[in-house]
Amino acid sequence: MKHARIRFQGQVHHAVVTAADSLTLADGRVVAADQVEWLPPATGSMFALGLNYADHAAELAFKPPTEPLAFIKSPGTYTGHNQVTWRPDNVAYMHYECELVAVIGKTARNVKRADALDYLAGYTVCNDYAIRDYLENYYRPNLRVKNRDATTPVGPWIVDVADVPDPSNLKLRTWVNGELRQEGSTADMIFDIPYLIEYLSSFMTLQPGDMIATGTPEGLSDVVPGDEVVVEVEGVGRLVNRIVSEAEFFASLALNNPAHATKEHA
Amino acid sequence: MSRALNDLAGGTLFGVALNYQGLLRNHLESFTQPPYQKPPVKPVLFIKTPNTRNADGQPVVYPKGVERLQPGPALGVVIGKSASRVSLENAMQHVAGYTIVNEFSLPEDSYYRPAVKAKCRDGFCPLGPELVPADQVGDPHALSLKLFVNGELVQENSTANFVRSIPQLIVELSEFMTLHAGDVLITGTPEGRVDVRPGDRVEVDISGLGRLSNAIVAE
Repeated sequence: MKHARIRFQGQVHHAVVTAADSLTLADGRVVAADQVEWLPPATGSMFALGLNYADHAAELAFKPPTEPLAFIKSPGTYTGHNQVTWRPDNVAYMHYECELVAVIGKTARNVKRADALDYLAGYTVCNDYAIRDYLENYYRPNLRVKNRDATTPVGPWIVDVADVPDPSNLKLRTWVNGELRQEGSTADMIFDIPYLIEYLSSFMTLQPGDMIATGTPEGLSDVVPGDEVVVEVEGVGRLVNRIVSEAEFFASLALNNPAHATKEHA
Repeated sequence: MSRALNDLAGGTLFGVALNYQGLLRNHLESFTQPPYQKPPVKPVLFIKTPNTRNADGQPVVYPKGVERLQPGPALGVVIGKSASRVSLENAMQHVAGYTIVNEFSLPEDSYYRPAVKAKCRDGFCPLGPELVPADQVGDPHALSLKLFVNGELVQENSTANFVRSIPQLIVELSEFMTLHAGDVLITGTPEGRVDVRPGDRVEVDISGLGRLSNAIVAE
């Protein structure tokens, strides 16, 4: 089953995706998929993995890590399916990253690999965009690269664990304007999901709604305003996003949210 | 945690590293070497995850198998209304008030990679004892900050020594991410972090904000 969080007629709902083009709300109403605003399906912390595919690590000229390289994202950077992400003005390189995401379903502390999947609510997809220009060698990758407003699309939904029999053998693909740019397989992950749950929960408590974004394979390229970027994880979901300019993004915020209309542009 | 603090400071905990001039100065030479190559250009930020939240009077667990644990006395700035791309002149209007933060960490040998394992352990971020409204704090850039271990003063500095002021931080952070009401900026720990052991009582005192007290207990 696919579990979504959506906004419909101004209200946030939990919904189940019951057909390709419709959802069923918790109160039984059936709504058309094109009538809803897709929200990130989970809103906890995101533990995102850097360099977790051997080929991508090589692409960035790093040795593969011997211990997971995890960085944290906070909820302000998430956005939903079919939303927009802004490319800052005057940057040279903004790239997508197609990733399989494990969503935590129950409190996890000192979990062993063998039991790890019992702690999952399911799987989703994210596009872990990065602005390469802003990389600095402090807590790399830093928040200015990875924790920007609306720069981590997540969704469209969470798929039950039982519906993904082998998460270690899923194709990941990214299309830009319909052209296939990135292709890989979760089979090439360095640290798999059970390992990552064991690792993180060995020193901290993972909470329901927390997410583990498991890294991206090779095949990165620059994206610019106007581009439609689709990331897909086989059997989990296909997440659509469109790049807009900085000016367009902040102008639309001001239109949709009066609080932003009075905000200054420093 | 006091009721008001709990209600008004429940957002994301954003930490700022290297925000004391003395601390930054101590590292400047190494920051011209690999892997850093050059000193930081923008604020060096990290996130303390929600599981790190802790309160005045509550124990801080010294994890099993860990060799060293260090308190991180810091001024916490609580955001009162959303800040996106604010100007320097208006930045302080987004501050609801201040509290004390003890940003516990395992020692940081390196600032190169995100410090999740060092900083995101359960209970590693006591906040309190209360939220003091901004209008009751005269000049937040002239506060004395003291760390006591078992009653002995072991670390002392002043918020006058920030690398970046509070409004400057709000401007630079809100340029790329909205600071939401309830978010907390942990404005940095000064140089001279000390080690603590199970059984120690650790207290942070900031002038006008009270005293945040925690006992270290073995796991």
